Amino acid sequence: MTAMGTPADLLGQILDYANRANPYPLYAELRKTPVLRAPNGSYVVSTYREVTALIRDPRVSNTGGAGGGSFIGMDPPGHDRLRRAATSHFDQYDTVRPELERIVTGLIDQMHGRRQIDIVDDLAYPYPVAVICERLGVPDEDEPRFHPWAEAIITRLDPRPGQRDTAARAQSEMDEYMSGLIERFRADPGPGLLSGLAAEEGMATEDIVATGRLLLIAGHETTVNLIANGMLTLLRHPDLLARLRGDADLAVPLVEELLRYEPPVQLLARANVALDDIEVAGTTIPEGAGIVLVLAAANRDPDRFADPDRFDPDRQDNQHLGFFGGIHYCFGAALARQEVQVALAELARRLENPRLLQDPPPYRQNPTLRGPRHLPVQIDGVR
Amino acid sequence: MTGTDHASRAGGRVVIVGASLAGLRAAEALRAEGFTGTLTLVGDEPYEPYDRPPLSKQVLLGRADANSTMLPRAAALEAEWRLGVPADALDLTAKQVRLASGEQVPFDRLLIATGTRARPWPNAAEAALDGVLVLRTSDDTAALRRELAAGPRRVLVVGAGFTGSEIASACRELRLPVTVVERAATPLAGALGAVVGSVAIQLHREHGVDLRCGVSVTALEGDSSGHLRRAYLDDGTTLDVDVAVVALGSLRNTEWLRGSGLGAGPRGVACDAGCRVFDMYGIVTDDVFAAGDVARYPHPVFGFEFLALEHWSNAVEQAQVAAHNMVSSQSERRPYLHVPTFWSFQFGVGIKSVGVPSYGEEVIVTQGSADERRFVALYGHQGRTVGAVTFDQGKWLDFYRRQIEMAAPFPPAYRNVDRPASRRPVPAEFPDPAVPTEGPRIERTGHSPAEWAWALVPARA
Repeated sequence: MTAMGTPADLLGQILDYANRANPYPLYAELRKTPVLRAPNGSYVVSTYREVTALIRDPRVSNTGGAGGGSFIGMDPPGHDRLRRAATSHFDQYDTVRPELERIVTGLIDQMHGRRQIDIVDDLAYPYPVAVICERLGVPDEDEPRFHPWAEAIITRLDPRPGQRDTAARAQSEMDEYMSGLIERFRADPGPGLLSGLAAEEGMATEDIVATGRLLLIAGHETTVNLIANGMLTLLRHPDLLARLRGDADLAVPLVEELLRYEPPVQLLARANVALDDIEVAGTTIPEGAGIVLVLAAANRDPDRFADPDRFDPDRQDNQHLGFFGGIHYCFGAALARQEVQVALAELARRLENPRLLQDPPPYRQNPTLRGPRHLPVQIDGVR
Repeated sequence: MTGTDHASRAGGRVVIVGASLAGLRAAEALRAEGFTGTLTLVGDEPYEPYDRPPLSKQVLLGRADANSTMLPRAAALEAEWRLGVPADALDLTAKQVRLASGEQVPFDRLLIATGTRARPWPNAAEAALDGVLVLRTSDDTAALRRELAAGPRRVLVVGAGFTGSEIASACRELRLPVTVVERAATPLAGALGAVVGSVAIQLHREHGVDLRCGVSVTALEGDSSGHLRRAYLDDGTTLDVDVAVVALGSLRNTEWLRGSGLGAGPRGVACDAGCRVFDMYGIVTDDVFAAGDVARYPHPVFGFEFLALEHWSNAVEQAQVAAHNMVSSQSERRPYLHVPTFWSFQFGVGIKSVGVPSYGEEVIVTQGSADERRFVALYGHQGRTVGAVTFDQGKWLDFYRRQIEMAAPFPPAYRNVDRPASRRPVPAEFPDPAVPTEGPRIERTGHSPAEWAWALVPARA
């Protein structure tokens, strides 16, 4: 381990791509100062008790980030109105399971005859887009259009030049497509969220588009990363991979532990702003200051989780922050859990003798939605 | 064996009277603490411990089976179960609990967790009519389900506290006509005050409940076959009803302790902050503990007033403290400092509360809008925040619990999300505690003025 910089540099080091594969030693360093003032004037909070307190603190506004007009970037009452409406039209419980199994089975079937696969490109990437299109009510024949849109929009977070224009173009195309679909649903209702919201009295098309876009974006890369991080973690723990192969029910606690150990959203950098002076762990966060909540650091806080750097699906009382908390608790948590449970259980069951080809694998640039860009795996076949 | 060793972690005999939530959780906690002696649980109901909150909600609606509310067990619990037999006396000198069967159960340490029962309709003959019910136990729920399934012309709910309101809500979900009669000015007035209760008025009315506040039921009348047919109200009106659910709160199960020498009575079993029961002189005992609905204990955050809380979380957490203290030496004992919480679901709204709202005199809405039925209201007592209630805003509760623990100033001065336009505290309008409701009173009988007669009704235990 190289020498750590001053505490104020820690956030910079965490954002530095060189540390993407393993930021956890930096998080441990960060937790030594539970509330740290960063050079840009924002306050970085990294310990479990302090993060959970701020998540549920009504003196913190969530309007600082880019929510694209959707409820993720709103405070109540607007947040409550839109989220509640979306909740009542978003089917994400047991009934979706057969559909998830069908999609995963199809994607793994396509690996037949190959000796090398990429967990990201071959499964983790196409899978959540197919699932969310179904939930939104996008007709099957239009689903292929969503894959490049989702990919392009997500690269908006990529700092390299030229990506922004592509992202903006993809987003306006997708918005236009969804607006048209919503207008059709207003005349002729169909299945799914978009049609359900279109039938709600006083629900503006732009609000429905914003909700649809949110669910696509927020439900996409997070799930991709959770699956890729999950497979990576399992390949690093062959005993657990073997256990999961023999006991698909292990997927339930395993995914919870994964959400703690490798959370797909590592930190929330811009969204939260103090509406008043807030005292946290002896430090006053002044009114107007931005608050950075480092969920991945809180998830490994030894004051909350015994032996926090150990991956242990048998862990009891695992109240992780992998889905955030409070009113902005992950909207699609129930769906995400099932998506990843099904994917990991099926990969464990069907891949013959999977081996990691690159450890650590190449990571994406993004420090917030952190995960492998590719996860090349060698296999002897598919069962 | 020396006196102090009788119920150490290593051994001795512990008897728990009361085999519901508090009794079960205490038993589990005793084992988790390393207690290896004999453990006996005595329960008056013939069933293994089950969860009561679903009884007035999912079970009443038929969405969950009464049998599916059995409480999950933390682990295999080595214990002797004496179910279906109530305890009927306690002999502190001989250290024995006597069961209704006459059997004596000896103990070294005793936990009293006998809880409460539904307060029955005061007129025994009327209470015995078919169609007059209470709701407290699994059997009660099964009986009410049968009555509701028979398609009554109208259901009368007497009392609009949490249980009564949830029953009315379930009746409306089942599309049954329902009248709720509440003596106070609003539903939930005793727990939340009439200001917040006025929101509940709207909830009832929007869901088609015929709500009558400021009115009492004076009599229930049956037909020749003994089935309820009519109710008489003190505003002179009558209601044709086939079912009446009496939801007038609860009575604490302390009668079996009469003559025991313990400080127990209608208000509960008094204990210290470590769950040790006081004797009738106010001297603390060392081998008798209490937990759950039946226990009254002093709480430092609420002026050391003795609180008796009929909340799920109180039963769980107090049982754990009691169990710990039962097998710990004086220096290892813990105080019970839990800030009360409770929840209710009715008319599609989740109501959650923390602290003791009724300890406050003033109330202020800090988030949301009462008109939209989604808000946070805080209660203040002498400049301190002592309670909070949320309607569909329960995710904020942890923040307000900390405010109460910290004795934060009231009214609050901070800026927060979703602030209402007007932020001024108003009197919370709790029913005046000086008006006796449980003391002796005079009751009118007869329905027409010519038949009127008056009788003294003594105070109920």
